[in-house]
Amino acid sequence: MLPLVYLAIVVVGEPSDARDAVWSREALELMLRSVGLAAAVTETAVAVAVAIAWLTVRTDLRGRRTWAVLCALPLVIPSYIGAYLMVSALGPSGLVQDALGVGSLPSIYGFAGAWLVLSAFTFPYVLLPVQSVLRGLDPQLEDAARGLGRSPRQVFVSVVLPQLVPAIAAGALLVALYVLSDFGAVSILQFDSFTRVIYTTYRSSFEREGAAALACLLVAVTLLVLWLEGRTRRRTRAYHRIAPGAQRRPAVVPLGRWRLPALALVGGVVLLALVLPVGVLGYWATKSVAADIDWGLVASAAGGSLLAAALAAAVAAAAALPVALLAARHPSRASTVLERFSFAGHALPGIVVALALVFLGTRAWPALYQTLAMLVLAYVVLFLPQAIGSIRASLLQIDPHVEEAARSLGRSPLAVLRTITAPLARSGVLAGAALVFLTAVKELPATLLLAPIGFETLATEIWRLTSASFFERGAVPSLVLLAVSAVPLALLTFRAHFDQ
Amino acid sequence: MSAIRSIAVHKHFGGCRAVDGVTLDVEEGEVCALLGPSGCGKTTMLRLLAGFERPDSGCLMVGGEIVAGGKTFVSPERRRIGMVFQDYALFPHMTVEANVAYALGRRAEGAAARVREVLELVGLGDLGSRQPHELSGGQQQRVALARALAGTPKVVLLDEPFSGLDAALRARVRQEVRAILLAAGVTALFVTHDQEEALSLADRVAVMRDGRVEQVGTPEEVYGRPASRWVAEFLGEADVLPGTVDDGWVDCELARVRAEGVGSGDAEVLVRPESVSLSLGPAAGGRTQVEGVVVEREFFGHDQLVHVELPSGRRLRSRSLSHPVWHPGDRVRVQLDGPVSVYAAASPA
Ligand SMILES: Nc1ncnc2c1ncn2[C@@H]1O[C@H](COP(=O)(O)OP(=O)(O)O)[C@@H](O)[C@H]1O
Ligand SMILES: [Mg+2]
Repeated sequence: MLPLVYLAIVVVGEPSDARDAVWSREALELMLRSVGLAAAVTETAVAVAVAIAWLTVRTDLRGRRTWAVLCALPLVIPSYIGAYLMVSALGPSGLVQDALGVGSLPSIYGFAGAWLVLSAFTFPYVLLPVQSVLRGLDPQLEDAARGLGRSPRQVFVSVVLPQLVPAIAAGALLVALYVLSDFGAVSILQFDSFTRVIYTTYRSSFEREGAAALACLLVAVTLLVLWLEGRTRRRTRAYHRIAPGAQRRPAVVPLGRWRLPALALVGGVVLLALVLPVGVLGYWATKSVAADIDWGLVASAAGGSLLAAALAAAVAAAAALPVALLAARHPSRASTVLERFSFAGHALPGIVVALALVFLGTRAWPALYQTLAMLVLAYVVLFLPQAIGSIRASLLQIDPHVEEAARSLGRSPLAVLRTITAPLARSGVLAGAALVFLTAVKELPATLLLAPIGFETLATEIWRLTSASFFERGAVPSLVLLAVSAVPLALLTFRAHFDQ
Repeated sequence: MSAIRSIAVHKHFGGCRAVDGVTLDVEEGEVCALLGPSGCGKTTMLRLLAGFERPDSGCLMVGGEIVAGGKTFVSPERRRIGMVFQDYALFPHMTVEANVAYALGRRAEGAAARVREVLELVGLGDLGSRQPHELSGGQQQRVALARALAGTPKVVLLDEPFSGLDAALRARVRQEVRAILLAAGVTALFVTHDQEEALSLADRVAVMRDGRVEQVGTPEEVYGRPASRWVAEFLGEADVLPGTVDDGWVDCELARVRAEGVGSGDAEVLVRPESVSLSLGPAAGGRTQVEGVVVEREFFGHDQLVHVELPSGRRLRSRSLSHPVWHPGDRVRVQLDGPVSVYAAASPA
């Protein structure tokens, strides 16, 4: 909410300039480019993620649990690191071109590159929720549909897919919002989307009004995306499992002659989104001689990252639970509006939220300015929706009668929340907290602007080194960053896959 | 004193009047059935009693205290009502024991002993450490019942308690549940759309239709003296013969019978199949015997349902033990030998 107020204040303060910026031809083209990129990436991410989710949960794909973990890992690669690694590998006179000895490869800059890089690093946002819903589906529904004379393909389309729609929509929303607000990848790949233009406008001329007006336009686009997602949600009511009696495991689908294409798909995705970037990173890291690395600096930066991200994860999870609860259990206009607004935070570019908080910090809350609390607040504003989406999905799996039963057994609403709802939603809360942690660890622009003086994180350290073209030296902090975020994610996905 | 009392309770959802003026009393210690077709508002009525919904108007009392009405609204956790949900709603993350102990609170004295006691009562003494998903449907249901009974509630509400069980299990579990409820000495109100279940299990039956209670009475009363033709037909098989009432008697094709409390004029006579007996051979004369032709026979093992066509062309069903065996085309004597219900002809169907 606050960032929106700030933007409004700035735009209203300078109405004519702002109008010019919004109604110009460039702004329209900018909007089309950004929306086009978001749509293309979202579609790709959904297609890839649903296919991989199904392959890794429901089929006899070899090593499917390992593939499931590997496929979730690209989530830990920040878009700015991913884009740089892609450029240094696939770009002009990059590693691949050198190794192959060919004259030139197709250009990786512009739309194609941004699409490839963003798809590769965002599809896990759809993969994770879809996998978790697929695992929880009642196999009897599919058996029932088979019994009604439907082929497996028809069953997938008519029974399984509709139940996945809420999870797909939640994931797709995250992807679309991620792309709209991504700054790192589009900057490095020289694709002029909203965020890049806002940033350059702001930086080149300190023209706050123009940047703010463009940012308002971006917020409008975001609201449109949210509205579209809300419409799909209204059409797909919540599905509660309604099957008394012992639960059965779903049958495993034999892949047969599709085994190799399936392996090729999953392997190809892992190669592009994980092996290639990490390999390139490893190459740079070994090239940078261990001698000139300041290990003390790396360690303190890692400590800073861990602290800020862990605080953000805890605060966001605690704040998201009531909002998700309200949205899932008491769907009213007010609770929907509240949920929508918290999503708006995610769609605002980090740079806008950060600027708004700087503005608020310097004018309204000087006590908070230049403190860790301010940074954590920015993270929470930015990443609350990830926690809400994940918690909401797990709440929808809980039969509301269970909560009512607890009420009539003499417990107050708060006691029911503590003893029934929270434990049952625990996996969703943990997943939400882990997502916030991962995103906060990678976050760049807000961290650059809001970290207290002397407070180093891995992200600011990497940015400092790579923007000074010390890319070899940035490799080690990058690897540490990946390791720091890979550990909780791997634990989480391992737990989900091996628990059952 | 009534354990449950509902006075003119209304509840609507949008344009749908789910509960439309229900007045009902359930005596202490009694097992009462709320019987009605699907969608008539039974579940809504239970949820109003349990405190999960607020009535639009009217008054609800439990154990002599007002729980909803006027400005009063007692929250569900303070009503001391045990609820058994249609899907049982067991806590999936707790063992059977923990589910039952949940009703007692953490600091309750002798909680462990009480848990054991109720689990014994429902016959699950040795399954306390299982998880709910490791139980069969019937066992899950008994855990739900034990959980509802554990806190010694004033009243237990059960929503379609047997709908999740298969037919063979249902008949047995039904009597077990009745025995458990009687042993616990608790007042029970249970909801069902199955008339056999209501009649065999309840001390009293309240028949509901479109959000209203049509009739309340013992199983014998509602079955034998249904208040309307709709109740009669909902509670069991019945055929209708037209008749004419004159001075307390009704004339119809089969017989002339008493018709108390029905005004003179056209009437409908409702005949249950077990009130119609068939015997062999052409009519030997006499007013109360009519000759008919067997047109169809349904055999159920312990009994049979024979469809006969009367001289007027109307069809009537007769239920009898499996002998003698009738065949389509047999000519039989049709005789009325049981109670019938008579309604003025305009009575709504
Ligand atoms: N929460 C609700 N929102 C809207 N309509 C409802 C709700 N609960 C029940 N109804 C409607 O009220 C009527 C009675 O429902 P219910 O009490 O569940 O019937 P029963 O249990 O007798 O089958 C139905 O028409 C149903 O659609
Ligand atoms: Mg019902």
